[in-house]
Amino acid sequence: MKTAVIVFPGVNCELDVLHAVTALGGEAALVWHRETDLSDFEGVILPGGFAHGDALRTGAIARFSPVMASVAHMAGRGAPVLGICNGWQMLCEAGLIPGAHIANRDLSFICRFEEVEVVDTGSVLTRAANVGQRLRIPLNSYQGAWVDPSGAGRVVMRYVEDPNGSQERAAAVANAAGNVVGVMPHPERATDRLLGSSDGEVLLAGFLESLVTA
Amino acid sequence: MTTTQEPLHRQLGLTDDEHEKVVDLLGRQPEPAELAMYSVMWSEHCSYKSSKHHLGRFPTQAPWVVVGPGENAGVVDIGDGWLAALRIESHNHPSFVEPHQGAATGVGGILRDVFTMGARPIALWDQIRFGPLSEPRNRYLFKGVVSGIAGYGNAVGVPTVGGEIAFDECYSGNPLVNVMCLGLLRREQLVLGTAGEPGSVAVLLGKATGRDGIGGASVLASASFDQASAGLRPSVQVGDPFEEKKLIEACLELYDKDLVLGVQDLGAAGLTCATSEPAGRAGVGMDVDLDAVPARESGMSASELLMSESQERMMAFVSPHLVPEVLATAAKWEVDAAIVGEVKPGNTLTIRHHEKVVAEVPAASLADDAPVYRRPAARPEWLDDLQAIPFDGTGLEPSDTLLALLSDPSIGSTVWAHTQYDHMLFLNTVIGPGSDGSLLRLKGTSKALAVSTDGNGRLCLLDPRIGAARLVYEAAMNVAVTGARPLAVVDNLNLGNPEKPEVMWQLQETIEGISEACEALGVPVVGGNVSLYNETEGVDIHPTPVVGMLGLADPMPADPPRLGRAEAGMEIWEIGPNATDNLSGSAVQRLFGVLGGRPTPPDPETAVESIQLVADLAHRVAVLHDVSDGGLAVALAEICIASGHGAVVDAPNPFSEDPHRALAVFPTGTVAMDAGSARRIGTVGSDRIVINGSGIPLDEATDRWENAVERALTA
Repeated sequence: MKTAVIVFPGVNCELDVLHAVTALGGEAALVWHRETDLSDFEGVILPGGFAHGDALRTGAIARFSPVMASVAHMAGRGAPVLGICNGWQMLCEAGLIPGAHIANRDLSFICRFEEVEVVDTGSVLTRAANVGQRLRIPLNSYQGAWVDPSGAGRVVMRYVEDPNGSQERAAAVANAAGNVVGVMPHPERATDRLLGSSDGEVLLAGFLESLVTA
Repeated sequence: MTTTQEPLHRQLGLTDDEHEKVVDLLGRQPEPAELAMYSVMWSEHCSYKSSKHHLGRFPTQAPWVVVGPGENAGVVDIGDGWLAALRIESHNHPSFVEPHQGAATGVGGILRDVFTMGARPIALWDQIRFGPLSEPRNRYLFKGVVSGIAGYGNAVGVPTVGGEIAFDECYSGNPLVNVMCLGLLRREQLVLGTAGEPGSVAVLLGKATGRDGIGGASVLASASFDQASAGLRPSVQVGDPFEEKKLIEACLELYDKDLVLGVQDLGAAGLTCATSEPAGRAGVGMDVDLDAVPARESGMSASELLMSESQERMMAFVSPHLVPEVLATAAKWEVDAAIVGEVKPGNTLTIRHHEKVVAEVPAASLADDAPVYRRPAARPEWLDDLQAIPFDGTGLEPSDTLLALLSDPSIGSTVWAHTQYDHMLFLNTVIGPGSDGSLLRLKGTSKALAVSTDGNGRLCLLDPRIGAARLVYEAAMNVAVTGARPLAVVDNLNLGNPEKPEVMWQLQETIEGISEACEALGVPVVGGNVSLYNETEGVDIHPTPVVGMLGLADPMPADPPRLGRAEAGMEIWEIGPNATDNLSGSAVQRLFGVLGGRPTPPDPETAVESIQLVADLAHRVAVLHDVSDGGLAVALAEICIASGHGAVVDAPNPFSEDPHRALAVFPTGTVAMDAGSARRIGTVGSDRIVINGSGIPLDEATDRWENAVERALTA
């Protein structure tokens, strides 16, 4: 059961995701964005960062990378696909999750721990958590506010206090089937109490479990 | 710049004597491109011509030093096959002219210094100083610098895990922006800035060369400022963190595959430096073809191509048979690469442009034959008067004083700035910004690296030797509170105009102070930067050395002390000597608009003992906090604010900033303290901070401290 961690030029959280997944007993490998064959993998994580320097719009260029057709194909057949921060922005640009992202309400980059609450456990990210469970996870973004005029997005985690103006205080949103999830705070940064929190483990562990059942 | 009637060498910033020296070296009149090359390489910024004579004073040797001063970054051995690379640089003048890009390119430049050595940059620290935020111009500079650091550091993917923010009138016309970077590498990955053997090929990687940053080193960084300086904006480079990120990854892959002989980054003096220095170090010559240099605009002259400080460029020296693989690796990372030269026997650097030789100079002469000045130095005549100014704090109302100090943006929380910086990337940040020292774990080992950067221009104005030495001890104490022992120092010496004897005296005294303290601690100086001409309209800044201290915690404390770990009922102890009533240069003086007296000198023996004791205690206590700006009162308040508990203490001279002191907090009965080196001063508890019977409500203290910067920005 192996997860592909996709590396686009300009992303920077790929090694952290690899570290966190491996520490949880999962298996993962870095995959360059020009690859097209994901047949060795049961799931995909799009890590955070600044793909293509955020040129045009966050995620706007990455969604045309060769690998994205394979990611869409896997998502379409129900495989677990997780986009973290910039990865979520790519999933929105690719149309795999409804909505888009705009700048934080205060027009300022935010890097700090935020408290989020699980509101829906029917997704590959939240399946191991409980509804109402509160988690401390670091936010690290500028274009962090999710907007979705369609109303089709399925909010699975909300901020306890609104940090950035995200619609419905959404911190994580899934597609209707729950196998594709975007999350703005970084669960991989909350996997060690020494660094301030291990609350992200329940999320990543749930994602890894979903590889088996998918 | 001067008028066009001036001879070319003067327009380029060379003196008449320096021009004569070039004529002597070449045995003829230099061509324009040659003059351009000498002007940037012999600038104060690149050649250290005013400070070089004095920098030899620094202790630089230790068994763990792998690379000392003189390379792109210092490198020390931290065990287990790992090396740490560190460097500090200033971008003061560019940040004054254009704060966002000035600070951003300061970050970009220091990163290149570190990954040039073969290291992956893992963390940044920013030391930034401005005039008071009551001035709109200073707000603009402060906000611009913070946004530049955030914009570049976050996007390039290197966390900013600490630093210092301070405000003082003397920086109003001349802000200070110093950036320190730490990198990690395996021992076998070390790369030096050498051109290799004759026959090896010079490959220019990264962004195309443009007209930005022309004359940055000679014009911006090596001359004083006046009202016309805003017109120098074209001399500031423009940063592109995405290009730098790709360049980092491409270079690290080149090192991993062992494809390069040497690497040199293109910073100040651009292509001139990146060809002459590696050739000089290797004792070889080089042929360079400027027509092969990718240019962003057409019609660039040879001088412009040679002087441009366009960012995000690196020069790699490669064996001919490996060139295809180097080009393929660059292409994978979407980094442009061009073969621009070839290493030759002999020692001549030959530059061609449009198929004509435009420069032919001894390669090593650009770096090695730069003038060295022994400028006159003299103790300032005004210093005795300054040191005689009395201030004993008589009549200080302790509660009001503490609240006022906590509201001071130089003391209040840095949260407004540091939550704009990614400070968590790479999953190493055990202790991040807003603490005494940052603590970064070394994954896969039981060790951690600690770093503190410290500056204090007010102390150094009153007595530069005392002030500089105290900074080294303070930085050592700041890494000790995380459980680390001091390992190496990098320094950034920010001073005024070296053509004034009193500034040269300040420089000498600063170097002496740093050297004496480093010797006492047994810590080598492995690199640094000198930034002179920090004066505007003839007024010099306070001498403001910044010390970056690297420490190694081996092992890292299982549960490192944190300010927030204080709990009701815990004992509070003061470690180190008793504070005197000397308030010279203190934050309290600043509150009253006073700067005078002679600060308490450091005591090397006591310093070493206190620092050792604190590093040991880090494995056993809940909280350790260095006593510095604002004295014991502010240190205690910061513990109370972080933990949400008040405290009651009795301690004489609570606002004294006398050195070698720290506060420790722990549960009764868990630590046996030696009464000779520490004394119990109180207990954690209650909702007030009470010092010598005078108290303030904890929630008011918290409000003042947390919002100090934001309120100063909006007042």
